[in-house]
Amino acid sequence: MSGQKKWMPRWFYQLASPRWCYDITGKLLPGFVIAALLLLGVGTVWALLFAPADYQQGNSFRIIYIHVPAAILAQSCYMMMAVAGAIGLIWKMKVADMVAKSCAPIGVSVALLALATGAIWGKPTWGSWWVWDARLTSMLILLFLYLGVIALHSAIENEVTAAQSAAVLSLVGLVNIPIIKYSVEWWNTLHQPATFTLTERPAMPAEMWVPLLVMVIGFYCFFAVSLMLRIRNEILHRERRAGWVRQMIGGE
Amino acid sequence: MSFNSFSEFLAMDGHGLYVWLSYAIAATIVTINLVSPLLRKKQLKAELLRRLRREKKAV
Repeated sequence: MSGQKKWMPRWFYQLASPRWCYDITGKLLPGFVIAALLLLGVGTVWALLFAPADYQQGNSFRIIYIHVPAAILAQSCYMMMAVAGAIGLIWKMKVADMVAKSCAPIGVSVALLALATGAIWGKPTWGSWWVWDARLTSMLILLFLYLGVIALHSAIENEVTAAQSAAVLSLVGLVNIPIIKYSVEWWNTLHQPATFTLTERPAMPAEMWVPLLVMVIGFYCFFAVSLMLRIRNEILHRERRAGWVRQMIGGE
Repeated sequence: MSFNSFSEFLAMDGHGLYVWLSYAIAATIVTINLVSPLLRKKQLKAELLRRLRREKKAV
């Protein structure tokens, strides 16, 4: 970075240091583990035992407490992967590439979770496991985009080239995110509209949406834990020849 | 509490299979996402340690 004008805040450049990232994630992890355990534990008990059943859907409504957080997380994770990929492309930042790479496997699994719970919820509610509806199809495309990113990483030997191609694919695929979001408004669909919006109060009563919010935040904390664990592995692997990694491993 | 008995809780008014299957898949996916990076970390550290020992012997 020497000789180049620094036009981002200091922490941005600190993030570029694998060692600094390894240390800071090590400090942040315990807090997120506790938060994830607490929120997911409380949220699950609340969702299964205390939240009221829906007057039309009955108890199958309880699937919402898995389905909505998984779907929200699948999209946020994708945006994070694309933004990290872009940062890696622009600033040639190794850590950003590692973040982008680490997002993909988590994204695949939560996208799969959203689709699976959606199918399971669709059966008693719509009478069908799957319909080729705009929302469902765009979520399926999200899953394929994640798989594409993973395939690129495993197909290209060179880490830098792999990260670049994966970043370009994620950036192109970013167009799918607003399509998922507005699919329920643009096309006639079986899928119900969003539960949470920034501008309006949820249409469902508080006894229903408060546990949902707890689950959403819990899923984000779980994502943070899994992502940090993966980033740390990625750092250990790529920096295996660095003095600090050898010292740390040798000292244990 | 939305249920009067444990069997009612399990049955979920006939939606038990759907609800429990969803939660089981969620639990599995969350667990895999935490266990697999932890196993990988263990493996990585062991690999690095082996390499370090080899190098020490070579010197």
